[in-house]
Amino acid sequence: MPLVTLSVFVIVSALLVGALYWQATRALTRLALEQSESELRELAADSGLIPVDILANLIERRIESGGMGLYFLVDANGKKQAGNLNQWPPELELRTGGGFFSYESADGVRHIAVGVAEVLGGGAIVLVGRNVDAAQLLASSLWWWFLAALGVMSVIGVAAMLIGHRALLGRVETMRATSSAIMAGDLTKRIPVSGSGDELDALASSLNTMLARIEQLMGGLQEVSDNIAHDLKTPLARIRSSVEAALRDPRGAPAHREGLERTLEEADELIKTFNALLLVARLEAGAVEGSVEALDAVALVDDVVELYGPVAEDVGCRVVADLQTTAVPLVANRQLVMQALINLVENALKYGRPQSGGSAEISVSVAARSGSVVLAVADRGPGIPPASRERALKRFVRLEASRSQPGTGLGLSLVAAVARLHGGTVELADNQPGLIVRLVLPAGVATQADI
Amino acid sequence: MRVLVIEDDLDVAAFLVKGLGEAGHAVDLASDGAVGEERALSGGYDVMIVDRMLPRKDGLSIITSLRASGDKTPVLILSALGAVDDRVKGLRAGGDDYLTKPFAFAELLARVDALARRRAPEESDTRYVVGDLVLDRLARRVTRGKEVLSLQPREFRLLEYLMKHAGQVVTRTMLLEGVWDYHFDPQTNVIDVHISRLRAKIDKDFDVQLLHTVRGAGYVIRDGDA
Repeated sequence: MPLVTLSVFVIVSALLVGALYWQATRALTRLALEQSESELRELAADSGLIPVDILANLIERRIESGGMGLYFLVDANGKKQAGNLNQWPPELELRTGGGFFSYESADGVRHIAVGVAEVLGGGAIVLVGRNVDAAQLLASSLWWWFLAALGVMSVIGVAAMLIGHRALLGRVETMRATSSAIMAGDLTKRIPVSGSGDELDALASSLNTMLARIEQLMGGLQEVSDNIAHDLKTPLARIRSSVEAALRDPRGAPAHREGLERTLEEADELIKTFNALLLVARLEAGAVEGSVEALDAVALVDDVVELYGPVAEDVGCRVVADLQTTAVPLVANRQLVMQALINLVENALKYGRPQSGGSAEISVSVAARSGSVVLAVADRGPGIPPASRERALKRFVRLEASRSQPGTGLGLSLVAAVARLHGGTVELADNQPGLIVRLVLPAGVATQADI
Repeated sequence: MRVLVIEDDLDVAAFLVKGLGEAGHAVDLASDGAVGEERALSGGYDVMIVDRMLPRKDGLSIITSLRASGDKTPVLILSALGAVDDRVKGLRAGGDDYLTKPFAFAELLARVDALARRRAPEESDTRYVVGDLVLDRLARRVTRGKEVLSLQPREFRLLEYLMKHAGQVVTRTMLLEGVWDYHFDPQTNVIDVHISRLRAKIDKDFDVQLLHTVRGAGYVIRDGDA
C-alpha cells in the first residue's frame, strides 16, 4: 500500500515539476515571439502601399537605431534587400510562418532566435525575429534545478512514508496486542490513546468505551448468577420443603390441600421475583426496545398517587402529589416509568416511615430542569447514608435496616435501569430528614437502543 | 362457548382443555401452527387462545392471516415472552389480549370470558345497571335506589369497569390494566384496598351485596345471591 502511494506521489510530482519547467521556458520564448509579431504587424501593415526599397530603408533605419530586432527582407526574386542577418535562415521556409532559427553574429558566435515571416503585397518577404539565447540558458539551468527539486521531493517523500508507516504499524500492533490480552480474559485492559487526536485515537476511544461496557455487562452477569444462586434458590427450597412436609403430615388430605395452597402462593412469589429480575437484567443489557410515547409527567404522577393513596392510608401514611404546573411533556416508555415510580413509592411505604412519630408523608413531584424532567419521590424516613447510596442501586442489595422486610431488593436497581435505558440518571439524596430519589429523564428524546 | 386452543405444549394444553371444559366451554385443540390456522380460518369460534411459539407456523402469523381474512373473533395470546415490547407486538398483530406464562387459570378464564362477551362499540351504554345500582357515564353519577353516592374519581372508574363486565369475574390484573393502564404486578395489594373502599360506599349500608370477592380469582359485581 505505501508503495502505491509513493509511486503516485513521485509521478504526480514529476508531472507538476515538468509542467512548471515547460511553462517557464515557453514564457520567455513567447515574449520574444510576441514582440516580433507586433513589429511585423507594424511593418506589414502598409506593405501594399510602400515599394520595397522604401521598406528596405525603414528596416535599415531600425537596425541603425540599435534595437533588439533581427530583420531580413527579400524581394520577389529572393534577393536580399535589407537585414542584419547574413542569409535567410535555412530552418525557415520562404513563406508566411515562423519558428526557431540559428544565425551567426558578427563575431562569429552562433545564436538561437525565434521569428515570424510574412509574404507582402508585391511578393517580397519580410522576417522579424528576436534573440532567445537568454531564454535557452535559463531553460537549461532551470532544468537541472527542477531535476534536483524532484529528487529531493522524492527522497523526503520516501522517508516520510517509511517513518509514518512504521509509526502506524506500531500503533496498530499495540491495538492487536491489547485485543489479544482482552480475548485471553483480561477485561480490564484498554487500548492506549496517543493523545494526538487523530482517527486512530478516535477508534481507540470507541473501542475502549465498548470494552468498558462489555466489562460492565460481564460483571453484571457474574453478579446475576451469584444472586440467582441465593435469592431464587431460597424460595425454591421453601417450596420443596412445604410439599415434603405436606406429604409427610399424618392428617392426610386436609394437610395436602393446605400444603398445595401454600406452595401455590410461594410459587407465585417466586415467579414475581423471577420476572422482576429478568426485567432488570434485560433493561441493563439494553435489550428491551420498548416503545416510547409522548406523555404528560403530571398525569402519570397523578395516576400513581391515586393508585397508592388508599394503601398508604391503611398503613398510616399519606401519598401526595406535589405538582407546580399543569402539564409537563415527556417522551418515555409509560409502563417502565410508571413501574419505576411505583417501586419508589412502595419502597417509601416500606422503609420510609419516620421512626419516631412525625408526619409519614410521601410526596411525589415533577419538575422540569432544562431539557430534563425530574420525577422525585421523597419520604421522611431514616434515609440512606451517603456511603451506601451507590450500593443501594445494585441488584439484590438490601441495606441492613431493611433486611427484615419482605421484598426482592430489585426495586431501586429497576429504577436505575429504567433511567439508564432512557439516557437519564437516578439521584439519591438526603431529604433532611429522609430520602429523596430523583429520576431524571431527558424530556425529549429516545433511549439507548433507540428504543 | 366454543373455544379454539392452539398450543403445542401438551401439559399446558391438557390443563387448558380440562379447565375450560369444567367451566362449561366446548374446546377444540390444535397442537401445531398449520393445523391451528386451518381450524381458526374455518371459523365458528367465540374466542381463540393462541400460543406464540408453535411448530410449523407461529402464533402471530396465524393471527395476522386471520385478521387479513376479515375475521374479528377475539384472540387471547399466550406466551412465555413477557417483555414490554412483546405485548405490544402481539396486540399489533391483531391479538385482543396478552397473557404471559406461567399464568393462573382463574386469570385466563376471566379474560376469556371478558373477550367472548365483549360488546361492539355501537352497543355501549351510557348507563350501567346492576340491581338498584345505576352508574350514569355521561353525568358521572352513581345512585343506589334513591340515594346518590358520592365517589372519588378513582372509585368511579373502578366501578365503571366492574359494571361494564357485570356478571363476569374481573381479576386484579385486569383492573390495573383497565383502570390505570398499568401492566405489571405491584408488590402490594393496591387493588384490594381500592375495592374495599368502594365496597364501603356502595354495599355497606344496603341489604343486598352486589360486589363479591371470588377467592383465588378477583371480583365480580352482580345482582342475586352470591
